[in-house]
Amino acid sequence: MFRPLLALLRRDLTLALRRPQDALTVVGFFVVVVALFPLGIGPDPEFLRSLAPGVLWVAALLAVMLSLERLFSDDYRDGTLEQMLLVPEPLGLLVLTKIFAHWLITGLPLVLISPLLAVQLNLRPDEILILMAALLLGTPILSLIGAIGAALTLGLRGGGVLIALLILPLYAPPLILGAGAVDAVMHGASAQAHLSLLGAMMVFALFATPWATAAAVRIMLD
Amino acid sequence: MSERGIQWFRFTAPANFYDLAGRLIPWFAALTVALFGVGLYMGLVVAPSDYQQGDSYRIIYIHVPTAWMGMFLYVLMAVYAAIGLIWRIKIAEIMAKSIAPTGALFTFLALWTGALWGRPTWGVFWVWDARLTSMLLLLFLYLGYMALHAAIDDRQRASNASAVLAMVGVVNVPIIYFSVHWWNTLHQGASITVTEAPTMAMIMFVTLMIMVLAAWMYSIAVVLARARVELLERERTAHWVRERLEGERG
Amino acid sequence: MADREFRAVALAAERGDRRLFDDIDFTLSPGQLLQVSGRNGCGKTSLLRILSGLSRPVAGQVYWGDEPIQSVDGGTGSCLGYLGHQNALKEDLTAEENILIAGGLGGGRPDREAVLAMLASLGLAGYEDLPVRYLSQGQKRRVALARLLLQPRALLILDEPYAALDVQVIDVLRSAIEAHLERKGMIVITTHQAVDIDGDCHKLQLG
Repeated sequence: MFRPLLALLRRDLTLALRRPQDALTVVGFFVVVVALFPLGIGPDPEFLRSLAPGVLWVAALLAVMLSLERLFSDDYRDGTLEQMLLVPEPLGLLVLTKIFAHWLITGLPLVLISPLLAVQLNLRPDEILILMAALLLGTPILSLIGAIGAALTLGLRGGGVLIALLILPLYAPPLILGAGAVDAVMHGASAQAHLSLLGAMMVFALFATPWATAAAVRIMLD
Repeated sequence: MSERGIQWFRFTAPANFYDLAGRLIPWFAALTVALFGVGLYMGLVVAPSDYQQGDSYRIIYIHVPTAWMGMFLYVLMAVYAAIGLIWRIKIAEIMAKSIAPTGALFTFLALWTGALWGRPTWGVFWVWDARLTSMLLLLFLYLGYMALHAAIDDRQRASNASAVLAMVGVVNVPIIYFSVHWWNTLHQGASITVTEAPTMAMIMFVTLMIMVLAAWMYSIAVVLARARVELLERERTAHWVRERLEGERG
Repeated sequence: MADREFRAVALAAERGDRRLFDDIDFTLSPGQLLQVSGRNGCGKTSLLRILSGLSRPVAGQVYWGDEPIQSVDGGTGSCLGYLGHQNALKEDLTAEENILIAGGLGGGRPDREAVLAMLASLGLAGYEDLPVRYLSQGQKRRVALARLLLQPRALLILDEPYAALDVQVIDVLRSAIEAHLERKGMIVITTHQAVDIDGDCHKLQLG
């Protein structure tokens, strides 16, 4: 049961290692977007600090969304996605494996680099810890939901822009909870409620979205 | 409606729907005009002014029905989309597609009237109130649905793919609503929440209900008309379409 | 190898508003080959995709034994292998890696020696360690064929397998097909060329 999934995971990671620029581009985008905000709103440290949770989360969300276009499109173009429909393994699990690989390649680096950017925006160590925890719980949600959009736009002209329109409204809940968690700590409250809800949302997304994504893949390859 | 048309009526479901819708639309259209007329007269002339907001409150007679319709139509659209996807019923697919523009229109009107209402009440056109923000996200969901439908050339694939999106969206609507609401209460200091008058005069309530009914009748009439056109386009090679069109011309 | 019949009942397909074909019926027994022929655009690829369970027909049903193809235990992939227009190879992986990973994905425990032997028999000895993007079109097609032939599937569905192949490789492929039929496998194939295959061959003309 798990051997095919491991084979797929290893394949996607190998491919990513042979083309590291794809993953690095996403991280680069995240860093550049965050760096542009102070230029737009001024260098006042206190003001930047108060905006930091929202800025970091919106930048992470956009970075994940941009990376999603590639989630299925390479496999779609060379025909390997088609062959995946013919594998004696539930498509939902294969899709989930691909999303996990994709998160390891693009989501996890965002979590790891976020402290650096948070320091630039004057967040304190305890706030940075909460930021990382929220991103660790939140970026998988972004990947899981975004995969539906990536599947629904397979083979369409202007797919990237369309993904944004389909997916960004659905990103509102994780954004509110994730940025809210950091905000709560900044105002001396506990972030526990936010993080618990984020965790619950991740579990729900983990079980529900792969099947929707699998259905979308089947439809778009029909 | 020709005699031949009636014969086909017994045999094919799409033709059945086409004829039935054709017969119902004038009635719903007439009801729409009548109810809107009565509702607007009561709302603008008969109902008394609000003791706090004066006459500006009267916009709720448009705002509330449009907001309700916007939300309700999204659910209805998702239900039709699911029926079409699971049981492959063509009429359901067509209904889902036909509902989307009307739902988006109502959602947009709700936002527009909300902004117009906000100006005299709070002094600004837009506040990030929980309900307005949810409506804005709902509008984006409608736009996404329509954009996806339009982006896919193959009709069947377009219906199926956007059906998946509608179902994902309808699961998310309550999550979005509650998270936005929560977000709003946490940032209470920064914004103002819309609160309707705690006790509503009977005449106001009746007027509101008439306007809600009018919005319903309008939706039914317009959606059926749009579905009829869509059906003709999809079935243009079928015999019954030729029968109908020749009947209407001759 | 195969213990059941493969049947198509009253299949119909559309592209846009155009009917591609109507009422396609056939039964394929173990050891039989079906060659689908017809003009360009008459729906050969559409038919093959329906047969492999990738597309849903407008009307009709495909059966594996008595089960509809979509509800076969373990998915369609447990009974059939499909080679489409695309080779389904990852350009950044070598031929050997491509085949081993595809085998692993299919649930098998691929044997490296067998892979190398198959690649050699298709004239790819010495190319195993090259990323696929450095191979020619014909060589890529051969890697895809090697992958398909190494998966033990009762039914092979081949869409233009001879495209871009040179004469020697066509001979190798033909003997592989004949061996598959002898083992009581089944094959559905589309091709422009006339190929003489020894075995129980049937024809289906579209359009």
